[in-house]
Amino acid sequence: MSLTMKSPEFLIDRDDDRCINCQVCERQCANEVHYYDHDLSKMSAVDLNCVNCHRCVTLCPSKALRISKYPLEYKENYNWSAEMINNIFKQAETGGVLLTGMGNPSRKKIYWDHLLLNASQVTNPSIDPLREPMELKTFLGRKPERVEFNGEGNIVNLPPQLELGTPIMFSAMSFGSISLNASKSLARAASELNMMYNTGEGGLHQDLYQYGENTIVQVASGRFGVHKEYLNAGTAIEIKIGQGAKPGIGGHLPGEKVGEEVSRTRMIPQGTDALSPAPHHDIYSIEDLRQLIYALKEATVYAKPVSVKISAVHNVAAIASGIASAGADIIAVDGYRGGTGAAPTMIRDNVGIPIELALAAVDDRLREEGLRNQVSLVVGGSIRNSADIVKAIALGADAVYIGSAALIAMGCHLCQKCYTGKCNWGIATQRADLVKRLNPEIGVERLKNLVKGWSHEIKEMLGGMGINAIESLRGNRLMLRGIDLNPNELEILGIKHAGE
Amino acid sequence: MVEIDAQGIHYRDLNQRVRRLIGQGKREFNLINVNGQRYIGDGLASSVRMEINGTPGNDLAAFASGVEITVHGNVQDGVANTLNDGKLIVHGHAGDILGYGMRGGQVYIKGKVGYRVGIHMKGYREQEPVIIIGGTAGDFLGEYMAGGKIILLGLNRIRDEALVGNHLAVGMHGGVIYLRGEVEPNKLGREVRPEKLGQDDWDDLERLLADYCREFDFSLKEIISADFWKLIPVSSRPYGKIYAY
Ligand code: SF4
Repeated sequence: MSLTMKSPEFLIDRDDDRCINCQVCERQCANEVHYYDHDLSKMSAVDLNCVNCHRCVTLCPSKALRISKYPLEYKENYNWSAEMINNIFKQAETGGVLLTGMGNPSRKKIYWDHLLLNASQVTNPSIDPLREPMELKTFLGRKPERVEFNGEGNIVNLPPQLELGTPIMFSAMSFGSISLNASKSLARAASELNMMYNTGEGGLHQDLYQYGENTIVQVASGRFGVHKEYLNAGTAIEIKIGQGAKPGIGGHLPGEKVGEEVSRTRMIPQGTDALSPAPHHDIYSIEDLRQLIYALKEATVYAKPVSVKISAVHNVAAIASGIASAGADIIAVDGYRGGTGAAPTMIRDNVGIPIELALAAVDDRLREEGLRNQVSLVVGGSIRNSADIVKAIALGADAVYIGSAALIAMGCHLCQKCYTGKCNWGIATQRADLVKRLNPEIGVERLKNLVKGWSHEIKEMLGGMGINAIESLRGNRLMLRGIDLNPNELEILGIKHAGE
Repeated sequence: MVEIDAQGIHYRDLNQRVRRLIGQGKREFNLINVNGQRYIGDGLASSVRMEINGTPGNDLAAFASGVEITVHGNVQDGVANTLNDGKLIVHGHAGDILGYGMRGGQVYIKGKVGYRVGIHMKGYREQEPVIIIGGTAGDFLGEYMAGGKIILLGLNRIRDEALVGNHLAVGMHGGVIYLRGEVEPNKLGREVRPEKLGQDDWDDLERLLADYCREFDFSLKEIISADFWKLIPVSSRPYGKIYAY
C-alpha cells in the first residue's frame, strides 16, 4: 500500500480516570473511531476517522471525552493553509472531486453582522409584545393590483396565498438527503406551527401526505417522485433552479442512499444514483420557465402559488425580474452560505454571492420595475437567528427559509459530513440504525421550541422599534444601519451608516 | 364524444372547458381546429380520451397520468413532460424535449422528433415509459436516461439523412435505446455501449412495435426485417467514483 499523507483533523482525548469502558462511544460512532483494545484492556481511538460530530462526547456517561483540533502545524504559511495542503493530499491520492456538506464555512464577511437594528426612544414609544397584540402573520403569493369585493365583502380577485403564522419556513431538504425521521419532524412541526416545510427534490413519502397543507412540493430537474398526486398534495409548488450551496450544478444522490423507502418515494429503482441534471433541460430561457410555471398551474388548476428558487448569483436582480415576469408567485433566493447534503467543496466555497446583497438588489429591482407586488420574496442561506430574520425583512424579504438552523435544532453538530451518509445524529443518513436515533417526537418539540423562541424575539425587536405588525417592517430599510461597511456596500444595501 | 371547436380560444379557457366537462362526467373529447394552444391534457388522469385535430401547443399532456391522446397533426415542444402514465399517438412530427422525465406510458410518433428527446426518462417497478419514433431524432436523444425504452426507427429517410444527431445517450444510466440501423461511434456518449440484440430484446421489440405498427398501419414485418442495435448503460452509477472522500 502506498503511503497516505492524510492526517487527522481531530484529536480524541479520553480521560482514562473517568472512562468506565462501557463502549457507548464505540456503538455510537458510525465512523468507527472508538474501539476496545483487548491487549491494553481499555478504550482507544483512531483519530483519523473522527469528524467531530460530538455524538460520543454528548453520550459518554462519565464525560470522559474531549475532542480538539489535531495539533498538526505545518510550517506557517498564510497562503498555503493546512486545509489547502490536506485537500491536495486527498486529491493526489484519489484523483477525485472534493466533496463536502452543509454551508460555506469560509472566512468571508457576514453582512448580517454588519447590520444594526433601530429602537424607539422617547418618541414613537416601543410596544411590549407580552401585553399588546403583535402580528407576525405573513401571506405569500401574488397580490393583485387592486382588490375587488363581492356583495358579502369578500375579496374576489385574490390569487392563491400561503398563510404563515410567522415569517419562517423550513427550506427544501429531500427525503434521501435527510432521513425519514428528520422529514417527519419538519413536516409535523410545520403543521403544528402553521408554517411550511419543503420536500426538496425527493418526492413525498406516503406518511407525509397528511401534512399536505403545510407542504411546499418541489419540482427540480430530475423530476423525482413528481406526479399528479404529488403536485396536488402540497399548498404550493416550487420549481428549483438553483441552490445557494451549489449554484449552476445539479444534485447527485448516491445509489447507497437509494434504499427501499427512498426508491419508492423518488420512484426510481433501488441502488441507482439519483442524478439531477444541472439545468432543467426544458428551460433555456425565461420564456421556457414561464412555460413550466404555467404547465404546473394548469396541472393544478391555478389553485396553488408557484415559487421559483434560484441561487444568489451575480445577475440575481435581473434574473429575479425575469422570474417575476414569467408568472412566478414567489421567488426564493438562496445565498452562498446555504446548506446542502452534498456539494463539491470548490463550488460551495466560491460560487454565488451573499444573500444580504442579493436580497437588497432583488427587492430594489422589483420595485423599480413595478413588479414587487406580483411576487413574494423568500430568502435563505443562511439565517442563523431571529435578528437575521428581522434584518432580512427590513431589507425587503417577505419571509425566510431556514435549513441548517432547523437541522441544528434537531441535533446536527455541523460536522459537514452529510455526504458520507453516516450522520451519527440520524439526520443526514438512511442507515436504519442511525435513523432511529432521531426520535421525531423530540425533533418536533425542538423545532417548535426554536420557532417559538425566534418568533417571540422577532416580536420583541418589532416592539422595540414601535412596530406592531411584521408587515410594517417589510422593506423598511430605515430601521437598519450599517457598521464597518464601505460606501459601495451601503449603497447596494440601501442603508445608511450607523451615526448617520 | 364531446366535440370542442378550439378555433380562436385561449388555452386557459380551452383547458378549463375540458376540465369542467370532465367534472360533469364526460370522458371522450374531440378537439378540432386546435392551433397552438398549450398545456392541453396537463395533469389529466386516466379514463380521459382525446382526439386532437390540428397542432396542439407546447407541453401537451404534461404531468398527466393515464390520459389517452391521439393527435392528427404535428405536436410542438415539451410533449409528455413528466408523464406518469397514458398513451399519446401522434400522426406527425414532434418538436424538442419530448418525454422529459417521463416515468410511464407510451408515446408513439409517426414522423421525426427534435432535440433532447427522452431526457431523464425513468422506469419504476411496473412503470416503463416507451417512446417510439418513426423518423429520425436530433441531438441529445436519451440524455441522462435512467429507465424505460426508446425505439428509433428512422423510416422514410431522404438520401443520407442521419438516423440521429450527436451526443446520443450521454449520461445514460438506465433503460435501453433500440436503433434501427447503426450509429457512428463518435455520436455516442461515453456512458453507453452498443450491442447486438438478444432473443429477449427481439421479443420485447416485437411486442412494442406490434402495437405501434397497428396505430399507424405500418408493416411490422418490414420494420423488424432491418438490422437493430441497442444502447445500454455501462453502469447504473456513471459518476459514482468521481469524488474524493
Ligand atoms: S446533518 Fe449530520 S452529518 Fe450533516 S453536518 Fe449535521 S451532524 Fe454532520
